[in-house]
Amino acid sequence: MPTDASAAERIGRLEVRKTYKLYVGGAFPRSESARSYEVTDAGGGFLANAAMASRKDARDAVVAARKAFAGWSGATAYNRGQVLYRVAEVLEGRRAQFVDEVSRGEGLTRDRAEQTVDAAVDRWVWYAGWADKVAQVLGSLNPVAGPYFDISAPEPTGVVAVLAPQRSSLMGLVSVVAPAIVTGNTVVVLASERRPLPAVTLGEVLATSDVPGGVVNVLTGRTAEVAPWLASHMDVNALDLSGAAVAEGVSWSALEAAAAENLKRVVRPAGTGGDAVEPDWWPTPGLERVRAFVETKTMWHPKGT
Amino acid sequence: MSAPALPRPAAAAEVDVDLASDASLRRFLHGLPGVDQVGLEARAAGLGTRSIKTTAKAWALDTAISMVDLTTLEGADTPGKVSALCAKAMHPDPGDPTCPRVAAVCVYSDLAPVAVEALRGSGIHVAAVATAFPSGRATRAVKLADTRDAVEGGADEVDMVIDRGAFLSGRYLQVLEEIRAVKQACTAADGRTAHLKVILETGELATYDNVRRASWLAMLAGADFIKTSTGKISPAATLPVVTLMLEAVRDFRLGGGRQVGVKPAGGIRTAKDALKHLVVVSEVAGDDWIDPDWFRFGASTLLNDLLLQRQKLATGRYSGPDYVTLD
Amino acid sequence: MPKFQYAPAPESRAVVDLKPSYGLFVDGGFVDPQSGTSIKSTSPATEEVLAEVAEAGAEDVDRAVRAARRAYDRTWSRLSGAERGKYLFRIARLIQERSRELAVLESLDNGKPIKESRDVDVPQAAAWFFYYAGWADKLEHAGLGPNPRPLGVAGQVIPWNFPLLMLAWKIAPALACGNTVVLKPAETTPLSALLFAEICQQADLPPGVVNIVTGAGATGQALVEHPDVDKVAFTGSTAVGKQIARSVAGTRKRVTLELGGKGANIVYDDAPVDQAVEGIVNGIFFNQGHVCCAGSRLLVQENVAEDVVDRLKRRLATLRVGDPLDKNTDVGAINSAAQLARITELAQAGEDEGATRWSPACELPSTGYWFAPTVFTGVSNTHRIAREEVFGPVLSVLTFRTPDEAVAKANNTPYGLSAGVWSDKGSRILWTADRLRAGVVWANTFNRFDPTSPFGGYKESGFGREGGRHGLEAYCAH
Repeated sequence: MPTDASAAERIGRLEVRKTYKLYVGGAFPRSESARSYEVTDAGGGFLANAAMASRKDARDAVVAARKAFAGWSGATAYNRGQVLYRVAEVLEGRRAQFVDEVSRGEGLTRDRAEQTVDAAVDRWVWYAGWADKVAQVLGSLNPVAGPYFDISAPEPTGVVAVLAPQRSSLMGLVSVVAPAIVTGNTVVVLASERRPLPAVTLGEVLATSDVPGGVVNVLTGRTAEVAPWLASHMDVNALDLSGAAVAEGVSWSALEAAAAENLKRVVRPAGTGGDAVEPDWWPTPGLERVRAFVETKTMWHPKGT
Repeated sequence: MSAPALPRPAAAAEVDVDLASDASLRRFLHGLPGVDQVGLEARAAGLGTRSIKTTAKAWALDTAISMVDLTTLEGADTPGKVSALCAKAMHPDPGDPTCPRVAAVCVYSDLAPVAVEALRGSGIHVAAVATAFPSGRATRAVKLADTRDAVEGGADEVDMVIDRGAFLSGRYLQVLEEIRAVKQACTAADGRTAHLKVILETGELATYDNVRRASWLAMLAGADFIKTSTGKISPAATLPVVTLMLEAVRDFRLGGGRQVGVKPAGGIRTAKDALKHLVVVSEVAGDDWIDPDWFRFGASTLLNDLLLQRQKLATGRYSGPDYVTLD
Repeated sequence: MPKFQYAPAPESRAVVDLKPSYGLFVDGGFVDPQSGTSIKSTSPATEEVLAEVAEAGAEDVDRAVRAARRAYDRTWSRLSGAERGKYLFRIARLIQERSRELAVLESLDNGKPIKESRDVDVPQAAAWFFYYAGWADKLEHAGLGPNPRPLGVAGQVIPWNFPLLMLAWKIAPALACGNTVVLKPAETTPLSALLFAEICQQADLPPGVVNIVTGAGATGQALVEHPDVDKVAFTGSTAVGKQIARSVAGTRKRVTLELGGKGANIVYDDAPVDQAVEGIVNGIFFNQGHVCCAGSRLLVQENVAEDVVDRLKRRLATLRVGDPLDKNTDVGAINSAAQLARITELAQAGEDEGATRWSPACELPSTGYWFAPTVFTGVSNTHRIAREEVFGPVLSVLTFRTPDEAVAKANNTPYGLSAGVWSDKGSRILWTADRLRAGVVWANTFNRFDPTSPFGGYKESGFGREGGRHGLEAYCAH
């Protein structure tokens, strides 16, 4: 029985804190290594313990992404657009939680965090609207010099491993994940090492938005530890190195070299020469990130009676 | 007293086809009209939107029950299991004596005598699978012996499997001759004749064009029924495949051949599925096939769902598993 | 009577809240017309009056155009594409949410089977809004230049055959590109447009961005000829389309027209025959044949003609004609007494000119406007029923001997909206498609629509395309 009544009053109602786990194959497992690490806010204060993914978690995530590929790439573009728009609806509903995680994790004012979350949702909506249009912009009917019907069509490349930006924990995150999945790829995304919480909450949003399990898989942990396993994985078709910029102990050129073993399509980090910098994610992008993860299939068919 | 003889089809001119060689069979079968997958599936889906209510639903449920071949085909089957199944076949709904009986019970050939005994006097047929069911991978001699065992054991219907390996490698004559040989073996020493259902195993045939060709091949060889599947692999019966097979039997008769029955088996679990099939029979093949002598459902769990739906129609309340019996 | 009789399976009318009368939807609210006149909208299946709607006169049309102009100048043209897109996404979602209500209302007002309004009209309408919502902030990628600008105020007049869907085809791209609209639904089918107006209110669409003026031909003419309309979009008969083309001549108004057709459905001897029969049936009896792109001429290769026609007749015996609200109805009511009279007259001409007429046995209800599915064989190109658009469930069957002859007969018409080609041979399909003078060619299928797929005609079937990236062109300045 508390002797100091006012101390108890000061404590008041205890909040139920969220546990941050991985998001793989539509479920939320802890790391198979059972490790976790401290996530702090911009001022160094404790925020949460996040799962520390191991190479085996990365392996399992790739398996889940591969398994989900046939279904997701086989869905109609309209269906993917519908699902992605639904994600935006649920994102909007979770606005308060994201504002909280972004402002604390990135050290932003409330106002700036709200603008950031709004922009992230709008960015997601922008990509959702591309699902049933990419083929019309990137494809073509080719006027070959002969009696042939000749068409070039974009197709998703397969499983894309994405190193999410280290600094921009939500806006940057959606700007690298959405363009990969809109065309039917499935993704294993390694979240920002120091600011992983919005990525896990994004996983929760995806899990409740009709996105099939395995389409997006979220790993949290040390970029230097996990990235090489994704970069060298022979069943990963493409690699986005955005998160190699401003990452401890990470050489993006070594990752690109590792990716050469099965000729992954590689998106290099922003910057010039050997530098890797984190770009400004705010300006409306073009189609570079969508284009980077599609293959073009050209088909010929004769015309004659 | 044995089960009443099935009506024998009236002797009618078979379709005029040269059945002498792989080459001539190939020319005929590959000359049949192609099947557009998207169009066929759209037609089946469209028929599946028919809304069957009230009196129509009651009639359809009873009709479906009367077309069920209640089936058990497990390695673990025993005389006890078969007897229980036969009891269910005779009295599907103990709480409602107006409930119709099923058409037949379907078992492995070695358990046919058990079923025959249990069903004596009931009018329910005994169908036995034979010919190294389900794979069909055995010598001709073994398959024929399997068939004779079934028939001598009292089965009045035989469900055989075609040799899919032979079909897919183009040995059409072998498939045809095997069906004919099995049909001959369906006549018992005492002169009883079992009707022959020919299982195409449509899931392994993979394309609709193959399903159409196999249907025609089986009919030319003398099948009394063409059946979709063994139920042991997936996909088993699907609405588009059944639509296609009904088109085949319709066209076969229109072209001068006899009437042949159709049996979807496997994958039909709900009353809703069964009613969709009846719609397809009615609109694609017509009234002559709306009859247990010409259309059957190969199923086990389907019967209980038909009974649950029947109970709901009768009482106005949704029913539950406690109110239908395990077989 | 078949053994398997389907019991009545009526969709309930209770989901629709029909008001006895409706005003015009102008500047975000419902207003009484200054004209003081109204029109009754009736159910073509039962002839009952469903509601009274306002008949907009010239002053009403002017008021609506001014509201659209204000909304354009002050609000809509100042919003970013992303914000415009979000309004359209909201509208798409609302259509999905109120889909049953819209489908029942559409079947009541138009006479089409609930199965079609539920499975085709309403879902497609939602899909069109979803598709164009996504273009609103991506116009620089549409191949129309780096900064496509809207035109201003669009005056849109739509027909009675797909009331809600035609509304979606018009309004979605117009708004996506930044225009505001005044839309006139058809005289006999105004009700789903008025429900759509409610949806605009629920979406908080800024007032004046969408305006709905109900009325008949005179209202449409006033709208099309209004001097402050920048863009005219019309779907309807070729005769009226030509009038509109004349009336905009010499002005700076942009115009697109989607007009009539006499589509040829070519069936080669190697067609997948059962699916071809379905395609023929779908081509002319879907929506009671009230389809501009209907496959109203069957061109069947002579060596398989008898077999195909026999199969067709057998298939037609299972078509169910009746109450549009019954879920098992395949063919509903003819939209109006006037249309029924026209179909009847043309069918009689078919008989008089020597073609052979056939219909399946069909019990037609005693009230309402009904016409049994009808097939004419022995038709030649000079017959009226081979040249004039019937816009009803009447199929004319002609034959051909060679692919060249098929193409020549198919193209031998001032129309050029749609065509079908049935064959198992890809190269023959592509060869034929290349030579058909038709804006839409369906191969081994028919009557398929998608918001991503441009639709429109050649020759007197009109000009301009709706749907796809191409559909943006009509609503942007260049």
